[in-house]
Amino acid sequence: MGSPLAFSFAAIDDAHVPDMMRRRLEEGRGGVPDETLDIEPELGRRRMSDLLSAVAQDGDRQAFAVLFQYYAPRLKTYMRKLGTEAAVAEELAQDAMLAVWRKAASFDPSRASAGTWIFTIARNLRIDMLRKERRPEINIDDPELVPDPAPRADEVMVTEQSERRVHAVMAGLPAEQTEVVKLSFYEDTPHAEIAARLKIPLGTVKSRLRLAMKRFRSELGDDLP
Amino acid sequence: MNATFHPSDEFLMAYGAGSLDESSALLLATHLALCPRCRAEVGRIEALGGAIIEDLEPSDMGADALVSVLAKLDEPPPRPQPRCPAGGPSGLPSPLRDYLPADIDALPWKRLAAGIEQAILLQGRGIRARLLRIGAGITVPEHGHGGMEMTMVLRGGFSDLGRGYARGDVAMADPQVVHSPAADGGETCLCLAVTDAPLKLTGLVGMLVNPFLDL
Repeated sequence: MGSPLAFSFAAIDDAHVPDMMRRRLEEGRGGVPDETLDIEPELGRRRMSDLLSAVAQDGDRQAFAVLFQYYAPRLKTYMRKLGTEAAVAEELAQDAMLAVWRKAASFDPSRASAGTWIFTIARNLRIDMLRKERRPEINIDDPELVPDPAPRADEVMVTEQSERRVHAVMAGLPAEQTEVVKLSFYEDTPHAEIAARLKIPLGTVKSRLRLAMKRFRSELGDDLP
Repeated sequence: MNATFHPSDEFLMAYGAGSLDESSALLLATHLALCPRCRAEVGRIEALGGAIIEDLEPSDMGADALVSVLAKLDEPPPRPQPRCPAGGPSGLPSPLRDYLPADIDALPWKRLAAGIEQAILLQGRGIRARLLRIGAGITVPEHGHGGMEMTMVLRGGFSDLGRGYARGDVAMADPQVVHSPAADGGETCLCLAVTDAPLKLTGLVGMLVNPFLDL
């Protein structure tokens, strides 16, 4: 195992999916045997984006249930890592998935994978609910926005390929860089807290972070000016 | 024209991860609107966030979690939060525009020195975001900082410590910097500035005006 997206349909059966919905999920398997089905991570990731698109286009509840079973428990862990107590983390994970349903129309597979988009929904929801702050974000329809250089040939493909590589690049980073990258996502203040927690100078945190980001830039492509 | 000077990697990371305060996040997001390079950078950071979520061990959800969320899918969504003043001035990018009245002259501007005025937009967690207007060709009195200062050009330009900053550029000054930026000639320079500690004017002018300023 170890692959983050090895996806198990058994997990759906274990959970509390209403009977009718479970039948429909099973019908959708198309002859796949009943035992645990592990999909290759790439396929799993592709599938997640397809499911999210199905939610966006058709209001597909089965697709939503599958996304929920995979992401909600991980979003709860994410909220816990940020220091949120269990009951609140559960509520935030549920609310984030509800927001995924409501905002699905704004999911654009040429810009992000399902996992990335769901992360941004959960991140913003937490800022809104726990910090009671607004989250300033760009508006891609803003006429003042300086547009990207000419779009690439197949952006969905490029997005998938590069996001697939994110896991690989993460796995290949030196442990000390992985640590500061992950802690960046689990702290509610910028990097002084991380320095204090790891008992290393702030400058060291910054230099590890810069090295990691440089690696990501070169490995994931930076065809922008 | 694309920006030449960008927020540092740590700020981009903190924005993407969601740990920045609202004032700093406002400056970062406004820069992103003007800078495809940093947009791509934040896109990669968010992809990292997605990968980190997918790599996490799942927690046990409550027994009725899915059922209770499914039951809410048909509820009407809560009404969207009212944006601050509707409209916002033209010529300035979103999201900054959402924090401003249609005419920025309507902001509570305060004069800091001859030809220099500021309007506080936002403060929280000890961090303030303000608009600064510096008249064409005016030099800001020499000052230092108790902390970090990030300044982004919205209109016009200024030069500081040998560098020229134009629309979209971000100047980062750390606590050690003592400087005296000068607005370019020709037009008033409009900037968004974020500070995490009061500015300290250092020169003679500073000694005279510091006590009266709400920096």
